[in-house]
Amino acid sequence: MTEELAELVARHPLFAGLPTDVASLVAGCAHNAAFGAGELLLAEGEPAEALYLLRRGRVALEIRKPGSGQLVVETLRPGEVVGLSWLFPPHRWKTDARAMEPVGVVSVDAACLLAKAEADPAFGFALMKRLLPVLLSRLQATRVRLLDLYGDGAHR
Amino acid sequence: MARTAERPAKAGTSLVPLAYRVAWRRRETADVVTIALEAVGESLAPFRAGQFHMLTAFGVGEVAISVSGTPGAPGPVEHTIRDVGAVSHALSRLPVGGVVGARGPFGTSWDVTGLADEDVVVIAGGIGLAPLRGAVHQLSGRRGPGRLTVLVGARTPDQLVFADDVRRWRELGADVRLTVDAATPDWGGEVGLVTSLLASASFDPARTVGLLCGPEVMMRFAAADLADLGVDPSRIRISLERNMQCGAGICGHCQLGPLLLCRDGPVVTYGGAVAALMGQVER
Repeated sequence: MTEELAELVARHPLFAGLPTDVASLVAGCAHNAAFGAGELLLAEGEPAEALYLLRRGRVALEIRKPGSGQLVVETLRPGEVVGLSWLFPPHRWKTDARAMEPVGVVSVDAACLLAKAEADPAFGFALMKRLLPVLLSRLQATRVRLLDLYGDGAHR
Repeated sequence: MARTAERPAKAGTSLVPLAYRVAWRRRETADVVTIALEAVGESLAPFRAGQFHMLTAFGVGEVAISVSGTPGAPGPVEHTIRDVGAVSHALSRLPVGGVVGARGPFGTSWDVTGLADEDVVVIAGGIGLAPLRGAVHQLSGRRGPGRLTVLVGARTPDQLVFADDVRRWRELGADVRLTVDAATPDWGGEVGLVTSLLASASFDPARTVGLLCGPEVMMRFAAADLADLGVDPSRIRISLERNMQCGAGICGHCQLGPLLLCRDGPVVTYGGAVAALMGQVER
């Protein structure tokens, strides 16, 4: 079972190309999980306890806007990662994440992953080198969206 | 002494417009309209996808409008116009039967012939899909191993255009993905930066051609992301817009560095001088 999970972990773009033993370390903290359409993978303000490797289905990140309800601020597709707030204090989710359709993930226990990273700095560094580009990419995408990309006066 | 008669300019190709009539019109969004024009008399020369016409709203002015139809298609020639200024406002309000002046076609094209074996990634922002529409029609009908990916971004779902075309392109096998910056409650599609769709798109960067049209800031980031993924910048084509006036490279109003975009553009190769120019402040 763990070998199968190690394969799934190694095949996910976040960990693609990692040595088998590293993928196995991650898989040792992981299990498969499924969510039905509309179901929450994580909820704003709740303890952030898992890293989800999205394998199937799309997930919407939502923020509650008073007076407007839930606003979808970003959607994530298979091959992407859901949930990064477990990395740093206060370890609480900053958004909701809702399955837009039936979703399949590899769910990695965050406390287990962090413990292994603390115990094995080489593993921890390898993990950070995979996770930080995701954060950087999302930060840059947010910056670019602040430019109001489609708001100029082009008439053709 | 008798004066030598001036040689009249050939109508349509340079500075003298031909009369065209609105055959039909279709509202695409709250501020975008497609008008289909048919010649009242003499016709303009055939256009290639990506080229533009200079359209005159009589009594108001003239403006460059990309052709949004398909080259070689029978019937009136489609132009999709966003109502953002006096001339585009007048053009977009023309009724069926209304008459405009038309010159052209002008400029460079997407040049999609010969791309049967290539993967093609089209990235459009907002009404930037209009100048690409004819090229996508041509590419979606090609026979060859090349894959076609079309990524479209808009600010909100109601600013997405050409829904019927999107359905048709998907039916023909294209991977068409739409995303918006700000979702509405009834929107079940993607939300996020248009280039974020690149990560899950299937194409081989080594044999990919990129076709980009939209606001320049979007094209700048999209071109850079394609290049980061391994697409040769010389195989990325973008459509640039400036103040096109004469259409013939004479007046200089559309100058961008060494380029006169009405003649050397609107479709130019990204990379080198163009990439540098897009990062500069113009004065």
